[in-house]
Amino acid sequence: MASIEVGGKSYETDEEGYLINLGEWNAEVADYIAKTESIEMSEQHWEVVNFLREYFDEYQIAPAVRVLTKAIGKKLGAEKGNSEYLYGLFPYGPGKQACKIAGLPKPTGCV
Amino acid sequence: MSDVKKFMFVNRKAPYGTIYALESLEVVLITAAFDQDVSLVFMDDGVYQLKKGQQTKGIETKNFSPAYRALEGYDIEKLYVEREAMEARGLTEEDLLVDVTVLSRAEMGALMDEQDVVLSF
Amino acid sequence: MLHIINKSPLSGGTLDSCLATATGGDILLIEDAVYAATRGCAVEAKLNQAMGRFKVHVLMPDLEARGLGDRLAEGITPVDFGGFVDLVEANKSCQSWL
Repeated sequence: MASIEVGGKSYETDEEGYLINLGEWNAEVADYIAKTESIEMSEQHWEVVNFLREYFDEYQIAPAVRVLTKAIGKKLGAEKGNSEYLYGLFPYGPGKQACKIAGLPKPTGCV
Repeated sequence: MSDVKKFMFVNRKAPYGTIYALESLEVVLITAAFDQDVSLVFMDDGVYQLKKGQQTKGIETKNFSPAYRALEGYDIEKLYVEREAMEARGLTEEDLLVDVTVLSRAEMGALMDEQDVVLSF
Repeated sequence: MLHIINKSPLSGGTLDSCLATATGGDILLIEDAVYAATRGCAVEAKLNQAMGRFKVHVLMPDLEARGLGDRLAEGITPVDFGGFVDLVEANKSCQSWL
């Protein structure tokens, strides 16, 4: 089992770097995972990551990108609810990268 | 839009005791990406999948029932529940965690005939 | 003797097989069999009838998982995993109706 070391504590991850125990997630871990994805967390990044955490809390799944985009548009406005904006923040895919940073499993159907 | 097919997922098993309910849900969420005309049917023990108030901590299993409420966001809005199955189990629409259309078993059969693809769970 | 049932009473014949075969003792409903222990379920009368011969128990964590912890039918004894072990211990033999 792979793991990452953040602030003197070890966190289990799968081979792709997704956290195993969602409950262990914290902001420090998020920052660390973001760095491994070459992302510097800004307020805009956090907005999406926090949205994903809330979505998971409510539905117990990580949303498909299309669903995430639509839901972000509804909550944060149309200028943010589009793939240009979201891929601008998370170049390798908002589903994949933002979910990883948010400590969620890979979105269902994301291969 | 002539390439849009009518897909029906037939759910007939209770959750947790077997893997069918969870597998079906995962396939539904994946196929939602293909923009087809999707119907979800819950009959026989399948109606138990939609029961409100599932608390799985005691059996250390993931409670996947909240995901049925996410289906609307995936544009899956055709959910059908068999009336006779609910009655035999002492359930009413108020017991279910999503809005559904209640159909008789005979109406289910007719709806099944209209489909291009039927997936059985 | 302890009889354990883990299949839904409405999609298979294990509850019927058990009731038709067993002479008495304890019945423990677990996994999908816990639906038999709910008020309003179609097998309620059948189970009520069997209560003269059997003491019927249900594994509560399984009932709660299925959202029916508040709908336990009358006359059925709720048990937790500890109670499950106690039942196995208290009986000289055990049949699982798989």
